[in-house]
Amino acid sequence: MLANFLKGSAAAAALSLIAALPASAVDLQFYFPVAVGGGAAKTIEGLTETYMKDHPDVKIDPIYAGSYQDTITKVITAARGGNAPQIAVALSTDMFTLLDDDLILPFDDYAKGEEGKKWIEGFYPAFMENSQFDGKTYGIPFQRSTPVLYWNKDAFKEAGLDPETPPATWDEMVEMGKKLTKTDASGNTTQWGVRIPSSGFPYWLFQGLVIEAGGKLTNGEGTETYFDSPEVIEAAQYLVDLSTKDKVMEPGILDWGATPKDFFERRSAMVWTTTGNLTNMHDNAPFPFGVAMLPEKAQRGAPTGGGNFYLFKGSSDEQLEAAVKFIEWITAPEQSAIWTKATGYVAPRPATWDTETMKDYAKGFPQVLVARDQLQYAKAELSTHENQRVTQFLNDALAAAITGQKPVEEALKEAQAKADQVLAAYR
Amino acid sequence: MKIKRDWIWGWTLIAPALALIFLFTHIPALMTLWGSLFSTPRGRKPSHFVGLANYERLIQDPTFWKVLGNNAIYALGTIPVSMALALAMALLVNRPFKGRALARMAYFTPTVLPLIAVANIWLFFYTPGFGLIDQVLGLFGAGQSNFLGNAGTALPAIMVVAIWKEAGFFMIFYLAALQAIPPQLAEAAKIEGAGAWTIFRRITLPLLMPTTLFVSINAVINAFRLVDHIFILTGGGPDNASSLLLYYIYETSFRFWDTAYGATLSVVLLALMCLLAIGQFFLFDRKVHYK
Amino acid sequence: MSAFDRYLWNGGAALLAALWIAPLLYAVWTAFHPSAYEAHFTLTAPLTLENFVKAWNAAPFARYFLNTFILVTGITAAQFVLCSLAAYGFARFSFPGRDLLFSLVLLQLLVMPDILIVENYKIIHAMNAVDTLQAIALPYIASGFGVFLIRQAFMTVPRELDDAARIEGSGPLAILWRVYVPLAKPTYLAYGLVSVSYHWNNFLWPLIVTNSVETRPVTVGLSVFATTDSGTEWAVINAATLMTSAPLLLAFLLFQRQFVQSFMRAGIK
Repeated sequence: MLANFLKGSAAAAALSLIAALPASAVDLQFYFPVAVGGGAAKTIEGLTETYMKDHPDVKIDPIYAGSYQDTITKVITAARGGNAPQIAVALSTDMFTLLDDDLILPFDDYAKGEEGKKWIEGFYPAFMENSQFDGKTYGIPFQRSTPVLYWNKDAFKEAGLDPETPPATWDEMVEMGKKLTKTDASGNTTQWGVRIPSSGFPYWLFQGLVIEAGGKLTNGEGTETYFDSPEVIEAAQYLVDLSTKDKVMEPGILDWGATPKDFFERRSAMVWTTTGNLTNMHDNAPFPFGVAMLPEKAQRGAPTGGGNFYLFKGSSDEQLEAAVKFIEWITAPEQSAIWTKATGYVAPRPATWDTETMKDYAKGFPQVLVARDQLQYAKAELSTHENQRVTQFLNDALAAAITGQKPVEEALKEAQAKADQVLAAYR
Repeated sequence: MKIKRDWIWGWTLIAPALALIFLFTHIPALMTLWGSLFSTPRGRKPSHFVGLANYERLIQDPTFWKVLGNNAIYALGTIPVSMALALAMALLVNRPFKGRALARMAYFTPTVLPLIAVANIWLFFYTPGFGLIDQVLGLFGAGQSNFLGNAGTALPAIMVVAIWKEAGFFMIFYLAALQAIPPQLAEAAKIEGAGAWTIFRRITLPLLMPTTLFVSINAVINAFRLVDHIFILTGGGPDNASSLLLYYIYETSFRFWDTAYGATLSVVLLALMCLLAIGQFFLFDRKVHYK
Repeated sequence: MSAFDRYLWNGGAALLAALWIAPLLYAVWTAFHPSAYEAHFTLTAPLTLENFVKAWNAAPFARYFLNTFILVTGITAAQFVLCSLAAYGFARFSFPGRDLLFSLVLLQLLVMPDILIVENYKIIHAMNAVDTLQAIALPYIASGFGVFLIRQAFMTVPRELDDAARIEGSGPLAILWRVYVPLAKPTYLAYGLVSVSYHWNNFLWPLIVTNSVETRPVTVGLSVFATTDSGTEWAVINAATLMTSAPLLLAFLLFQRQFVQSFMRAGIK
C-alpha cells in the first residue's frame, strides 16, 4: 500500500517535472498511405503542421509510405523489427492481420471517460463494423470510401433515357445498359452500358452485388467465409452475365486504373467505382454526370472501404496518449471537413456534415451526399484472419469466372475450400 | 616461400568479395533452406519444426505449378526472341545509313526508362478501346482487344514488354562485338565465293560467341528477375495467368506474410538457378574459346 | 548489297526503331499536353507544362534522383574494386581451395540477391541498416558475374607483361593497376553498363528495404503514382518519368557517338 503510494507519488512528481520542461516534447511517428491523386499527402502534412503549432509539446513525423500495400508492408516489417510507429493509417480490413501479429492496441484504453466514449460512438456504424472486435475499438475511420455508380447524362439522353434517373435495380441496370450499348457498322462496340472494374481487387465491388443479393461474405469475426452460398453465386453469375449473356459490359478483366478515363472517353455510360474518384470526376469529366447509389436486388447495399487509424504497441503510455489526442483532433469535424473536401473521401462522422465547410461544399457539389446517404445500407468490407490471402482466393475465383476459365459455381466452391483450409486454424 | 606468399596474396585478394558473397548469397540461401523446414510464426503462435511439410504443400499447390509453368514459358519465349532481335538490330545499325544515330537511340530507350515507369505506358498501349494498340488496329478495321484482361493473352502481353526491354539493351553488346570483327575476314570469304548467309553463319556468328554467352547469362537472370511490370500491368492476374515465380514469392512473403512458405518457394527458385548456372556454363564452355 | 536489299534493311531498321521508341514518344506527348489528350493525338492539342509542375510537387524527385545517382555510381565503383581484386586473385595466384571457392562464386552468377529478399532483409535488419543507401547496395557489390567476367579478361593478359613488370620491381597491386586493369577496359565498360542499367531499374529490393525520402531511388518514387484508387494519371506519371530519365537520355544523345565508339574501339569480348 505504502509502496504503491510512494510509486504513485514518484510518478506524479516525475510527470509534473516533465510537464514543467517544455523542451521534452513527445515524439510520434505517423505512417500514412495515399490512394487518391492530388495533394492528399500535402493535406495530411499541412494538418499535422497546424496541430504541432498549437501543441508545441508534441512532435509528429508524418511519413508518406506509398500505397496501402507499401504502407502495411513497411509497418509490419518495422514492427517485427521492434521499431513500430505509434500511428499508422492502414486498410480497415487489415485489423485481423494486425491483431494476429499482436501489433495493435485498442483505442478504448487511451480515449478514456465519457468524452472518449462519445468520440468513438460519433462515427457512422457502417464504418465501425470492421474497426471493432470483441467489444474493443482497434481502428478509427479516417480515409473511408464506398463504391457508387457514376452515369453519363449525355449518353442517357442520346439513348432516349431520362438523364436524371439512374438504374435503381439490377434488372434496370441491364435494361438501360442494353439501350446504352452502341455498336458501329463493322460490329465493334463503341460504347458499353456499364463497367464494373475487376483488376487487382475485384472482390470489393463484387461485395456490393453480394450485399444487394441479400448475402454476406463473412461472419464478421474473421473466421468463416461464405464464398459458395447461393446469394454469392447469384451475385457472381449476374456479374459474369453482364458480359456474356446481356452483353452490356466489356468482356475480360477491366482495369481499375483505366476506369475514369474509360468513362471520360465515353466508352462506358455507367461505371462503378469509389467515392474517392469524386474530385477527379468533378474536375475532368467532359460531360454532365450523376452519382447514384448502387442498384438493388433484394436490398440496397455497398461495402465500405478505405483506411483506419491504428495504434501500435511498443511505445510509452505518454506517447500513446499523445497519439490518441492527435487522432481525436484530426478526426474532429473541422479537420475532417478539410480532408474530405481535399480528397473526396466520405466524412466518417455525422458531425462533420454539419460544419459550414461541408455544407458549402455540398451545396456546390450535391453529388457528394450520395455516398453519405448510402452508408445506412453499407456493410463492412470483406476481412478475415490472414486477410490478403483469403481475399486473394476470392479474387482469383472471380477472375477465373469473368474470363471464362471456370464456371461460376466451381470457381467459388474452390475458393471456399481454400479459405476453409486457412481459416480452420483460427476457429 | 614464393608459394606461401602466393597463397596469402590469393586469399587476401579474394577475401572481401567472398565475405560479401557469403554474407548475402550463401548464408541467406542456407537460412532460406533452413527456414523452409519450419512453420510461419503467427503472433502468439511461434514457429516450430515441421520437416518437409512445406514441400508437401508446395507439391499440392496448384498456383505454384501454374506459376512455374508460366515462368518456363516466359523464359523460353523471352530469351531467344530478345537475343535474336538484339542481334538483328545490331546488324541493322552496323551499316552506314541516314538516321542511324536516331535508330540507335530508339533501340537504347528501354535501357534508360525504368521498367516500373514504362509499365504504365504499356498499360495505356494495351487498354481496350482507346489504348494505342486498339487505335492502330481500329485504322485497319479490326475489333477491340483486351490483352491484359484475358487468361490466354495476359502472359504474352507481359512477355512483349520484357522483350522490348531486353532486346534494346542486348543490342548494344552485339553492336560493339560486330564492330570488333575485322572486315578483312568477310572480304576474304567473299573472294572465295561465300554468300552473305554463309559469312554470317561461318564467320560472324562464331566470333560473336563470347558476346552470346555474356548476353545469355543476363537473359537467363532477367527471365527470372524481371517482374516489376507485373505489379502495374496485371498484378499476376487473371487468376495467376501472368504470375511468375519471383512475383509469387513476393506475394507470399510480403502480402500474405507466410514467410516459411515464401522460403520454400525461394528454395525452388534457388535450385533452378543453380542448375541453370551449371548447365549454361558447361554448354558454353565447349563452344567459347577464352584462353 | 543491292538497292533492294538496302531498302529492305533500312525499312527493317526504321520499323524496329519506331516500335522501340513508341513508349518514349508517347511519354513526351502526354507529358506536354493536358490530360484530356492522353488518348487523342490531334496536332492542334494545346501545350502545357502543368504536368511537370504537378509531378514535381507530388514527390521530391530531385532527392530521388540524387539517391539513385549516388547509389548507381557507388555500387558500380565498389563492384569494380572488389571484383577486380577477386578476379586477379583467382586468375593469377594459386592457393589451396581456389577451385572450390571459385565454383562457389560461380554459383552466385545466377543466384541474384533478388531471390533472397526475405533473408537479406533479415540480415540488413540485424546490421541495423534498414532504410539506408548502403542497405540497397550491400547485397550487390560483390558480384559473381563481375568476378567471372573480369577474371576471363585477366586470363587473356599475356604472362610476359606480368613478368616484365615484376622484374621492374612492381608489387602485385601495382601490376594489377598498371597492367591488368588497362587491358581489361572493354570488359569494365560492358560490365559497368550492365550494372548501371540494373541498378537504375532496380525496384523490388529498394521498395522493401527503404522507408524514407532520403533513401528511396527514383523507381520507388515513380511507383507511387501507379497505385491510386482514382485512376491512372498518365500525363503526370509520364512527366515524372521524363524528368527522371531526361539526364540519361540527354547524355546518350550528346555522347552516343563517343559512347558506342569507345565500346567498339576496344571491342568487347
